[in-house]
Amino acid sequence: MTFAGKAAAGIAALTLSMAAAQAETVTVGMITTLSGGGAGLGVDVRDGFRLALEKSGNENLHLVVEDDAQRPELAVQIAERMIQSERADILTGIIWSNLAMAVVPSTVAQGVFYISPNAGPSALAGANCHQDYFNAAWQNDMLHEAAGQTANELGYENTFIMAPNYPAGTDALTGFKRYYEGELAGELFTQVGQTDYAAEIAQIRASEADSVFIFLPGGMGISFMRQYAESGVDLPIVSAGFSFDQDVLPAMGEAALGVINTGQWSPDLDNAANRAFVEAFEAEYGRLPSIYASQGFDTANLILSAMETASVSDRDAFREALRAADFASVRGDFAFADNQHPIQSVYVREVVEVDGVLQNRIIGTAFEEHQDVHGADCQM
Amino acid sequence: MVEKRREWTLNAVLAIALFAVPLAALWLDEPFYITLATRVAILALAGVGLNIALGLGGMVSFGHAAYFGIGGYVAGILAHHAFSGQPLFLGLSGSNQMLVIWAVAMAISALAALVIGALSLRTSGIFFIMITLAFAQMIFYFALSWPAYGGEDGLPIFLRNQFPGLNTMRGWEMFVLSYAVLMLALALFAMLRGARFGAALMAIRQNPARAAAVGISPFGIKLTAFVISGMITGLAGAMMAELTRFVSPAMMTWQMSGELIVIIILGGVGRLFGPVAGAGILVAFEVLFGGLTEHWQFFLGLVLLGVVLFARGGLIGLLAGRERHG
Amino acid sequence: MSLALILEQLLNGVQFGLMLFLMAAGLTLVFGVMGLINLAHGSLFMIGAFVCAAVAGVAGSFWVGLVAGLAAAAAAGALIEILVIRRLYGRDHLDQVLATFALILILSEGVRMIFGPFPLYLSVPDALRGTLDLGVVEYSRYRLALIGFGIATAIGLWLLIARTRLGIRIRAGESDREMIAALGVNIRVLYTVVFALGAALAGMAGALVGAIQSVQVGMGEPVLILAFVVIVIGGIGSIKGAMVGALMVGVIDTMGRFLLPRAFALVLEPAQATGVGAALASMLIYVLMALVLVLRPKGLFPAHG
Repeated sequence: MTFAGKAAAGIAALTLSMAAAQAETVTVGMITTLSGGGAGLGVDVRDGFRLALEKSGNENLHLVVEDDAQRPELAVQIAERMIQSERADILTGIIWSNLAMAVVPSTVAQGVFYISPNAGPSALAGANCHQDYFNAAWQNDMLHEAAGQTANELGYENTFIMAPNYPAGTDALTGFKRYYEGELAGELFTQVGQTDYAAEIAQIRASEADSVFIFLPGGMGISFMRQYAESGVDLPIVSAGFSFDQDVLPAMGEAALGVINTGQWSPDLDNAANRAFVEAFEAEYGRLPSIYASQGFDTANLILSAMETASVSDRDAFREALRAADFASVRGDFAFADNQHPIQSVYVREVVEVDGVLQNRIIGTAFEEHQDVHGADCQM
Repeated sequence: MVEKRREWTLNAVLAIALFAVPLAALWLDEPFYITLATRVAILALAGVGLNIALGLGGMVSFGHAAYFGIGGYVAGILAHHAFSGQPLFLGLSGSNQMLVIWAVAMAISALAALVIGALSLRTSGIFFIMITLAFAQMIFYFALSWPAYGGEDGLPIFLRNQFPGLNTMRGWEMFVLSYAVLMLALALFAMLRGARFGAALMAIRQNPARAAAVGISPFGIKLTAFVISGMITGLAGAMMAELTRFVSPAMMTWQMSGELIVIIILGGVGRLFGPVAGAGILVAFEVLFGGLTEHWQFFLGLVLLGVVLFARGGLIGLLAGRERHG
Repeated sequence: MSLALILEQLLNGVQFGLMLFLMAAGLTLVFGVMGLINLAHGSLFMIGAFVCAAVAGVAGSFWVGLVAGLAAAAAAGALIEILVIRRLYGRDHLDQVLATFALILILSEGVRMIFGPFPLYLSVPDALRGTLDLGVVEYSRYRLALIGFGIATAIGLWLLIARTRLGIRIRAGESDREMIAALGVNIRVLYTVVFALGAALAGMAGALVGAIQSVQVGMGEPVLILAFVVIVIGGIGSIKGAMVGALMVGVIDTMGRFLLPRAFALVLEPAQATGVGAALASMLIYVLMALVLVLRPKGLFPAHG
């Protein structure tokens, strides 16, 4: 195709999409991480979202997906284009807190809804909350708080805690300490993206700890667990589910077996919506869904449920419809608090092996109808 | 002479195109393309900065993202303090005036370039590349782990800072401002290249021994060029922070340093309008291919490789013919 | 703080340093002989790890995977040299930087196209699992093996360069390029061999480290940048310098991360001290590099006079 031909096709597509918008199409722009080391999470959110769309058969939701390569400035640029050129009604998809902080405030300021399928920085739950920002996953602290609570229930009294030295890491340690009642055997910050944890493991060995709490998402967790398994230190590990889900478990291998972690979802969670989701996801993609895929799936269903009862052009009505959260969440109970972040149960999970596949299994409940603490700072 | 004239024609076309595209977008009510053109202008400005060190002085800095990020953080931190009303330090307050912010951003990135340049210029060639990269990495890690200004989460600028007589929140006015600054920087570049300073710099690049023999001190001149270079890239960083209303350590990654070099090479090393052409190509590539395939970086790599191996003069070299530059 | 802890941290530093040496040795060799800066060296590290993980998964043996990873990295290195690098020897460093930067983009995305977006599984071989009691301290067998591997490779490399015909040619190539062509050595083949050798060292490091780290796209670049620091400290083109620099960086980085937060805890509150200490520890090796640069601009062991 010549350049002129391409331009003509582009204009035609634009006119078409504008015409479609009049027929009540809702355009959802998904900005997510599909390349680089963190791509696994974005791929799962996207696949979960797509699966929900397919199952619903609703063709009025027009999904546009683009890769942010985990770079904030690129995410901002894509958001601007989706809002200004493709006239997106709703944005979603961002995985990382720092990208969310870059994109969300200007998105809602331009009168576009943002529904978070993963990141939940405290600022957006508290002082900077906004009526057009919804979080369909969790506030960042939530699973760490549950891990602190779980450490109490397991009778740990001297825990060694560790996280990367960046805001999500300090939030993790703060969240853990908010509920944990025992002593701290030590507190360490590691580098973001660190790959060798020998120095930290030596300090854990030298401490008098009876347990270890870590928050090391993605590749950092894989590296730590492999090295921990070879170190001869056998203190029990408790963690938030981010570091122990389906995106990393296959790579961690048996090193992860028996780790106790917390999550608002688990593949064996017993409700009809979840059973159908896990089965459909495995059939479609040939792998177990991760917690991220479940969040993508729920995000899509939340949007679809609002489309049933309200028109997106009536923003107030559509916002009310989102707030109602009238959909069958794969987590079972789900509702929005006043700051439009979830009120939900958080479960205690254990990593087990079923038919040669490492996965989580629910062994208890840390919180029921749990809500984050930052809502108090939110004035909408 | 013909080639010279062809390059000037090409420069004029580039300058007009960079202005005409957002103007058309304004008329067609497609504000995204205005944002995109502003981004091109600011990246080009950063490229002009690097072009002084790399194109004129032959100093292959693989760490210019450090100055880009420092400029960005100056804008972010000053705006943050102006917004919150907390004093900065020593009782100094923040600012939401772009002119003040730019002056501080340029001063601080010049200072950083002075320290890093003074250390790095003790070496040359391959050493220089690795050392500039390592120092930028050091500043990157510092920004990442220093908690006061957001660390990895970065620092949002809630309201764009102000410029006398303009409403900077309007995309078009922000573009005109960026375009004007870019043109000023290009004029400065042309002036430097034409002046005795530029001649001395190029003499050092081509033959350091002979330059020293005629009484030119390579170290002082190279360091001056390096500082001016870092200063302009720092200014671009401050403006980029205004455009995205956000700063984060991602502005300082080694990939960003690589991208700045890529901009210069794609356009043509040492060419006046090289960075403008390069920034335009890079942004266009990102937008066109980013939507088509998630593997767009693979194709970007192939294109780059092709340019290095077979089209060494970059776009301008290709269209305007080879220059005396080697 | 016990003696055992300090000793364990020292061992950790040495082990980390030896892995850095494997990376730095290849880089410095390629620079010494061909005068080429290769940013894509980290990608070869990644290829070694990915192929090792994939083959070990199929064959069920880490050792088979290790050999495959090493061979794959060497083959990729030879291929890259013939297709791309060969055209860059006469060019300035800028072209080399850019072409090898382009190679990073191509290889990273290429590996992701082949192996998918998720990290791969690679486990420590059974024989090296668990710990060994060294008297004062209990230490991971696998890390001890890594120390052994690193030392053995260093000795092997030294023998290769000092005692073999290939080594003579490499040394000749470092000191006088026209000379060895005059001696009738096929310089094109020599360059390909040296590049493949450097690639094999990187691939071996990737495969060895991959067993205790996350095998994922982008794993090579952080190591590459540290290897640059090592070379700047040690002196470009010098294998001995690479060894000394690598050990210095490994030990100082490890000890800094361990001791600095403790030092700050004496004057600051614990939570603050860990943050500040960790932030400064991450800058420590760059400060070391700056110091070396001020005192000896050509590194500790300058290769050429």
